[in-house]
Amino acid sequence: MIGYALGFGFAALGLALAMNLWRLFQGPGVADRILALDTMVINTIGIIVLAGIANGEGSAFEAALLLAMVGFVGTVAYAKFLLRGDIIE
Amino acid sequence: MIGGFPLAELLTAALIVVGASFALIGSWGLVRLPSLMERLHGPTKASTLGLGGMLIGSVVFFQLVKGEWTTHELLVSLFLFVTAPIAANMIAKVHLHRLRLGEKPGPADPPTAPRDGSDWATYEAPREGTPGWFPDE
Repeated sequence: MIGYALGFGFAALGLALAMNLWRLFQGPGVADRILALDTMVINTIGIIVLAGIANGEGSAFEAALLLAMVGFVGTVAYAKFLLRGDIIE
Repeated sequence: MIGGFPLAELLTAALIVVGASFALIGSWGLVRLPSLMERLHGPTKASTLGLGGMLIGSVVFFQLVKGEWTTHELLVSLFLFVTAPIAANMIAKVHLHRLRLGEKPGPADPPTAPRDGSDWATYEAPREGTPGWFPDE
């Protein structure tokens, strides 16, 4: 039963990543592209969590935690650069 | 399949399906909604309900099905819940400033200004006594 749920989850997250990619290339504004990248990080964390369940090992969650932190720092760095023209003032 | 009792498997499967559905709906909102202020709304659901559901499913799976105690999921969800509003606020500020720089507005842009006639706080110069304020400027 978990196998079917995992199959559905991988398919849904893959489709979600494809839609994020469309918004990343299409997005009319710079803020749209930042938002698309941020959402891609979120969906990738979801895929890593599902892979951790599928393999039955907890070591995938270190990767998920690192990606959560680095994704947030990346989003803030993009936004800071556009707002202030500098990242660390 | 994997050992353990079936109720835990059922709960894990349901949480995974609900979480993945929310992630998909959030990304669909990112594609479908007309302007950035509305588009911000979709992925926030994906990051709280979607990832939250999948992470709770993972906690249930490792605790009840595998019999292992893991706390990484709680750390991931705590960190995401703390950082998601900050990231969304920064993106909205970038959008407001790009609008003023002449970027093409969407159907819902610009957002209605505050009711007392003042402008959005992100457009204003820092007020006296706040951390961004320097006396010599």
